[in-house]
Amino acid sequence: MYKKRFDDRKFDELRPISAKTGVVKRADGSAMFRIGNTVALAAVYGPRELYPKFLQSPEKGILRCNYNMMSFSGAGERVRPGPTRRSKEISLVMEKALLPVLDLSDYPNAVIDVFVELLQTDAGTRCAGITAAAMALADAGIPMKDLVSSISVGLVGNTVVVDLNKEEEDYEEGSVDIPIAMTPRTNELTLLQLDGIISKDKLLEALQLGKKACQEIYKIQQKALKESYSVAGGKNE
Amino acid sequence: MGELIVKDKEIVVPGQELAVGMDYLPTGGAFRENDKIISCQLGLINISGRLIKVIPLKGKYIPKKNDIVIGKIMNMSFSNWFIDIGCPSEAVLSFVNTNEYIDKGADLAQYYSFGDVIAAKISKVTRSSVDLSMKDGPGLKKLVGGKIVNVAPSKVPRIIGKQGSMITMIKEMLNCRMMVGQNGLVWMQGMPENELIATRAIRMIEDNAHLEGLTDKIKEFIENENKKLGVKNVQEKI
Repeated sequence: MYKKRFDDRKFDELRPISAKTGVVKRADGSAMFRIGNTVALAAVYGPRELYPKFLQSPEKGILRCNYNMMSFSGAGERVRPGPTRRSKEISLVMEKALLPVLDLSDYPNAVIDVFVELLQTDAGTRCAGITAAAMALADAGIPMKDLVSSISVGLVGNTVVVDLNKEEEDYEEGSVDIPIAMTPRTNELTLLQLDGIISKDKLLEALQLGKKACQEIYKIQQKALKESYSVAGGKNE
Repeated sequence: MGELIVKDKEIVVPGQELAVGMDYLPTGGAFRENDKIISCQLGLINISGRLIKVIPLKGKYIPKKNDIVIGKIMNMSFSNWFIDIGCPSEAVLSFVNTNEYIDKGADLAQYYSFGDVIAAKISKVTRSSVDLSMKDGPGLKKLVGGKIVNVAPSKVPRIIGKQGSMITMIKEMLNCRMMVGQNGLVWMQGMPENELIATRAIRMIEDNAHLEGLTDKIKEFIENENKKLGVKNVQEKI
């Protein structure tokens, strides 16, 4: 039985979060999102013309995500650079998690590139990546119906917890990791993955916790986006 | 009854509720969902009467008819130039729309070649293409020499100022020839040290675009810089 968390958090408590936008000056939009020891950096380029041409869609623009863990980011072992089965899959689910809020019909034949780099990893990387990417997209001035906030929930031992760290993910009595992403205004899930075995009741309980956590993250995202302008651009008058 | 949730000139983020009820109407950067008006962009709120608009703070240039833009020749075919004006699709300039007489079948590279920068007016915007013209309007020509500074397209109105007050002031004080494209490219030509001051002035405008009384600030800045230059020049002469 998992009674007390390794880092003394409450079961529904998130790790310390900080967020910032406009961190990559040459990009059209960028954001940094840090949750505990996981740091994600997202940069958005575009909309720009898509090459090779056969990938273009005359109907609407496409979104292209790239998830990458830096070689020094993991705990101890070096991450081999370059695309892997895992990073390709995560790039794909990130794309699917972000697309529902984007309206790209104004950008035919164009692409929006989102590059997500993980500088430091301690579980919950795809969630940090999606959260950072949503902020970077907003920072790039791309029309969005809503932001996307993301968090991992799960089961450690037999206890429902929110925002697992690596230690908890590797808990000896077993753990279930459920990364979710949602649109905070309409409360719609855009990402739901599950790794392990969990009962229906526990899953619903976990999702409820996740919803609450996403609202918390949403507030931080909003604050970071607004702050970058009130500081750089003087008073909001 | 409709209710306004945000204040005028407030910064809003995508997905933020702006107003409830049918009394207000969404325009650019906002949309209606049931009885709520919601922002779809990061920007500043602009309320005029019943209309709510979100003015984007960042973003790529969206081509509009009759805008004067500055662009670089990226490619050419036997009758068209393809020009990068900073929007997602390339703009097209046909040889019949230039202000020079070009024979049919002439080599277009003799007139404007790869990498040349031109000022042109947008004559037509469709879903699939942006057409340029250099026929009507003064100053629409190839820009030779000088320097180009890139700014965010949303800051261009501040650089131009009310009825061109800001740009005219910079031009006159620094004795530079300048041209501002709506797509965020600013071309300038003058003495190298004046070009540098003008660049810094433009960067200053870009960073302080939200502030009021910017023209006076820039005037003061250029006066100071001119003084410093004057002192230096005198010393060099001695």
